[in-house]
Amino acid sequence: MKKILSILLPILLFAGTICAITAEEILAKVDENMNAGTVKSTARMIVETRRATRTMSSVSYAKGTDTAFTEYTAPAREKGTKMLKIKDDLWLYNPSTDRVIQISGNMLKQSVMGSDLSYEDFMEEIELAEAYIATMLEDKIYDERRCYVLDLMAKTENLAYSRRVIYVDKERMVPLYQELYAKSGKKLKTMRLSKVTKIKGRWYPLQVVFKDELKSGNGTTMIIDEISFDIDIPDHYFTKAVLRK
Amino acid sequence: MLKFVLKGLIRDRSRSFFPVLIVTAGVLVTVFLTAFMSGYMESMVRQNARFDTGHVKIVTNAYADKISQKPYDLGFIDSESDFEQWKRDFPSIRWTPRIYFGALMDVPDEEGNTLEQGDVFGMAIDLWDPGAVQDIHLQEALVQGRIPQAPSEILISQELFSKLRLQLDSTVTLLGSTLHGAMSFQNYIISGTVSFGVHALDRGGIVTDIEDARLFLDMEGGASEYFGFLPDGIYDDGEATKIKREFNARYNSEDEFAPQMLALTDQNDLGFMLSYAGLALGLINVVFILIIAIVLWNAGLLNSIRRYGEFGLRLAMGERKGRLYKWLLVEALAVGVVGSLIGAALGIGLIQYFHVHGIDFGAFTQDTSMMVENVVYLSADTKNLILGIIPGPVATVLGAMLAGIGIFRRNTAKLFKELET
Repeated sequence: MKKILSILLPILLFAGTICAITAEEILAKVDENMNAGTVKSTARMIVETRRATRTMSSVSYAKGTDTAFTEYTAPAREKGTKMLKIKDDLWLYNPSTDRVIQISGNMLKQSVMGSDLSYEDFMEEIELAEAYIATMLEDKIYDERRCYVLDLMAKTENLAYSRRVIYVDKERMVPLYQELYAKSGKKLKTMRLSKVTKIKGRWYPLQVVFKDELKSGNGTTMIIDEISFDIDIPDHYFTKAVLRK
Repeated sequence: MLKFVLKGLIRDRSRSFFPVLIVTAGVLVTVFLTAFMSGYMESMVRQNARFDTGHVKIVTNAYADKISQKPYDLGFIDSESDFEQWKRDFPSIRWTPRIYFGALMDVPDEEGNTLEQGDVFGMAIDLWDPGAVQDIHLQEALVQGRIPQAPSEILISQELFSKLRLQLDSTVTLLGSTLHGAMSFQNYIISGTVSFGVHALDRGGIVTDIEDARLFLDMEGGASEYFGFLPDGIYDDGEATKIKREFNARYNSEDEFAPQMLALTDQNDLGFMLSYAGLALGLINVVFILIIAIVLWNAGLLNSIRRYGEFGLRLAMGERKGRLYKWLLVEALAVGVVGSLIGAALGIGLIQYFHVHGIDFGAFTQDTSMMVENVVYLSADTKNLILGIIPGPVATVLGAMLAGIGIFRRNTAKLFKELET
């Protein structure tokens, strides 16, 4: 018996070592699911304030992590408002004033339409594996799913959140919960991702609840009604000319 | 006796010159300081009332909880009928609605793209109400251009106007959030520039008509605050507190958007500051009395050494110690009154000058958010003058009393002996 164990144990340990997934590999798989060459989506953003609940609809186009374009389609007050992101620049267009306004500096940290998201959040389309150094923490069960828990520390100073703790669904490699921290260590926001659906071979969460931890309220819910990956999107969607069209 | 005392003081200048000089200087300083402190506090109350607090103010309970942030999203909407009712309930008060808001001002280039940007602090008043315009001395604050006469016209602080290199009648865009948090854009024409002499406002303030602000912030028929001013335009804390109690008993409730009235002294720590200022004025007078009394006590002792012979002789001639003591006090009172009158006369001159021309504190208030005028005008209130004069005679009499005790502790024989030397 001892002889069998002495032969099997090293083999089992070796097998365990080669099967264990690293934090970097988890992040790479998450990026594979969450990012695509191009994305077109139709979404609703539900914002709860002390006085009322508002729903805004939009259609968005994105190419890679550098360029994105969103046009608000409802309600009437927001209809026709457009946002364009090219690398680190963000522009807003409003039809009633016929003005293209660049958002920069402190304004990027302001709330978008009273939501729990800032302009910076809208801008931040990043590949986690490239932007953060990950450390594995103890696995947890979240929303009845077994999850890897990763502690991510930013590689560079220019990220909106210098630390993230993310819970990644072990089976579907999609983040289900995130905590976003400032450089000071203060928890700024949380994200609860749900309604994970398989779309064209990739798992993707169709509902996200953003919660600004520095604000009271129940958070902002983003619901994706339709989403398509890797489709042809004309380049003119990602030029300033599209704003006034 | 008084005539004899005065004759003695005039003829023997060494007995009166130095004490009169001290009292004159002391009274001058006290009168000036009292008028300055009083002027400073009046300025603070006036500026706060005009721009920030009113004499009384009505806000919602939720707004009152975060009042320092001026959260217009917690202000009143569709409150016009309530406002009319409040006006009927308190007809002696002059009421006016206000909205305070923050926004981003974007200056376009020729193609309508962003050229310059700056954060602005907006103050919306009823520009069609002459009383509301007068409240913030808008006409006097106008540097160039004109007060808005049409919708979508705004006034902008002269400092921001120069910083953003703007032109009169040019169009700028304000980007902000509505009461419901939606994104809000509005184009405005700059009709003029203003300088209120309050750095907190002059750094990046804009003034707009309340209807334009309601449209921009989606606050139909609303206001973030309703200001109330007492009939004679002068703040009376007792009256304001009485009105506040009456209003809150009638209208305030647990509801987060129920109206709540605040008095001026409930806001910006003004209650504490006004009490503190009263205490400080009292303290100035007490300190003055003590310092001058000590100086005069000392001077009195020195003076009396010179007069030992005189006192000895008078005692030898049968004059009682009590009468001599009384004599000294009358002398001191005469010195105090004369010194105070001269000090007060000089003080009145100084106060009148600075009451008209003021003292410019602009350089010291550049980085403060306090509602204080850059130029502080001294208060010409008679009450302050009397408050400044009183310590003069009190200090001289107190000094003489102390010096007199010192003299009369010496026995008659010793004083008489001084006659021989």
